[in-house]
Amino acid sequence: MEPFTTLEAVAAPLDTANVDTDRIIPARFLRQPRSAGYHNWLFHDLREGGGFVLDDPAFKDAKILVAAENFGCGSSREGAVWALSGAGFRAWIAPSFGDIFFENSFKNGVLPVVLPAARVAAIRAMLAAKPGSRIAIDLAAQTVTLPDGSAERFDIDPFRRECLLNGWDEIDLTLQHEAAIAAHEARQRVETPWLATP
Amino acid sequence: MGRTLYEKIWAAHEVASGPGGRSLLYVDRHLIHDGSFHAFEALKAGGRQVRRPDACFATPDHYVPTRGRKRVADIADPMVRGKMEMLAANTAASGIVHYGMDDPRQGIVHVIGPEQGITQPGITLVCGDSHTSTHGAFGAMAFGIGASEVAHVLATQTLWARRAKTLRITVNGALRPGVHSKDIILAVIAKIGADGGAGHALEYAGAAIRALSMEARLTICNMSIEAGARCGMVAPDDTTFQYLEGRPQAPKGADWDRALARWRALPSDADARFDREVELDATALVPMLTWGTSPEDALPVTAVVPEGKPDALRYMGLQPGQALEGLAMDRVFIGSCTNSRIEDLRIAAAVVKGRKAMIPAMVVPGSGLVKQAAEAEGLDRIFRDAGLEWLAPGCSMCVGMNGDLVEAEQRCASTSNRNFEGRQGKGARTHLMSPAMAAAAAVTGRITDVRKLLAH
Repeated sequence: MEPFTTLEAVAAPLDTANVDTDRIIPARFLRQPRSAGYHNWLFHDLREGGGFVLDDPAFKDAKILVAAENFGCGSSREGAVWALSGAGFRAWIAPSFGDIFFENSFKNGVLPVVLPAARVAAIRAMLAAKPGSRIAIDLAAQTVTLPDGSAERFDIDPFRRECLLNGWDEIDLTLQHEAAIAAHEARQRVETPWLATP
Repeated sequence: MGRTLYEKIWAAHEVASGPGGRSLLYVDRHLIHDGSFHAFEALKAGGRQVRRPDACFATPDHYVPTRGRKRVADIADPMVRGKMEMLAANTAASGIVHYGMDDPRQGIVHVIGPEQGITQPGITLVCGDSHTSTHGAFGAMAFGIGASEVAHVLATQTLWARRAKTLRITVNGALRPGVHSKDIILAVIAKIGADGGAGHALEYAGAAIRALSMEARLTICNMSIEAGARCGMVAPDDTTFQYLEGRPQAPKGADWDRALARWRALPSDADARFDREVELDATALVPMLTWGTSPEDALPVTAVVPEGKPDALRYMGLQPGQALEGLAMDRVFIGSCTNSRIEDLRIAAAVVKGRKAMIPAMVVPGSGLVKQAAEAEGLDRIFRDAGLEWLAPGCSMCVGMNGDLVEAEQRCASTSNRNFEGRQGKGARTHLMSPAMAAAAAVTGRITDVRKLLAH
């Protein structure tokens, strides 16, 4: 996995609350293999009407998405993260995220940042007023620097931060606990044999 | 201080604790479907093996055809056929049980888990599908995961997780005729919001929940995710144990007795503390439906379309102040992991019986065994005689991945779980409701308070 350390890039605002994974990429396009490039259908149905924010040339190189409440709610389909990351996004900022989407982000080297709702709304207004403005994120320092020069500190689970900073594969990390996993399985064979390997 | 059901299951599955309050949890059961191919690809790319094929159960549901179904080789759409073949090949290569398209046990993962006795009290169960919260109805800790986590579970039989906060939803009173568990959960989501349960594990409690069958409890836990909670559960009781006894994958003989003793100790202790509490009165509930594009947009059938949410109003083609009752529908979908079990079909059939469908309507049973049971009771005849389509099991029009889609600007009275923009097809207008209300919509062509049909 590609490590995430710092990112300084154009940020795009998306004002709608409760944007679900079906809107990020409608399920019907996920019939394709991932190699087809899910970013080709990113926000497909929202874009059809024209005037969608990401179609503004000022946001062509956006790598940061600033969204509203409950971004990425709905299904567990990781295709939603792949569609966004395939389009170049490496970080998203919102007041809250769908739990599974939030988790899926980390697994793909993408940083989801939670900031207070009023602050995120102000950032979106800032980006809409000056399309093409840039935001800088420093993961080690846990700061977001906004176009007006002000900085926000954000919280992140230290384990997830380390994984992102180093680009670690979580399966490899977990397998370091092999002895503990095997011990649990041995206990399962005694306590609940009907759940254990026959 | 006592512990909650959730805390007990968590403690019993903690393999290791990591930094930042994270724990490595052991996964007892893993359900796999035809959308899980990404995870097998990732596993292969990493040169890894499935650690415990005996703990995995697979069946195709998302892409599976519901019409004209014969053999996999005969599926005309190569993309759909490929999904069936891929699941068969991946499971065969790893030694995983696979209820394939031509097996009568095939069905929606969240229907076959309980039906086969795979879902049991006190276990941890995961699946690469957000509606895995369904299985919490048995007092299991069950939640949906993404493709990377599916690969992680396949390789390690564990998952890293942070303990959620606990939220108890107590539903007092008793449901009145024509009002069902779907109405309870829609009312809950309307009350706490689409992200009201985020970061929480929900426990449904109270007299109204205790009185529900397993099928009805599954409907409630299923939609926990629509309130933002990955996991929702009901404490196991005699209703749970009676449902499970004798199921193919349930413990047998002496193991059954041992299991039962463990399961009886699972319910939250009387002095357990929850981080949040919400109460609801079932007696006051009337049939519900959604008007907007989020499951939280649910209202009683007697209500009018509210103001606010202009985008949702525009998408749904509605005006504030418009009555919900009487709203013309274009089609009906009875099915999905929320409402496709035998009891759902019985409730729908009771409304449809002796009437005629006014609009296209399809009934999609949740599994081959549900289909068989319904046919043995003659429910299929009731549906067919009324002009409803009787189809083969799968996710079907809930998500439309198999091509069962609602056309743009068509209104669908649907027993599924999501009314998101484009969920049932581009521009499709979904109104979520119970099987009783969907059946009432089928035979009247519009939103009708099902209690009026029951009175006659």
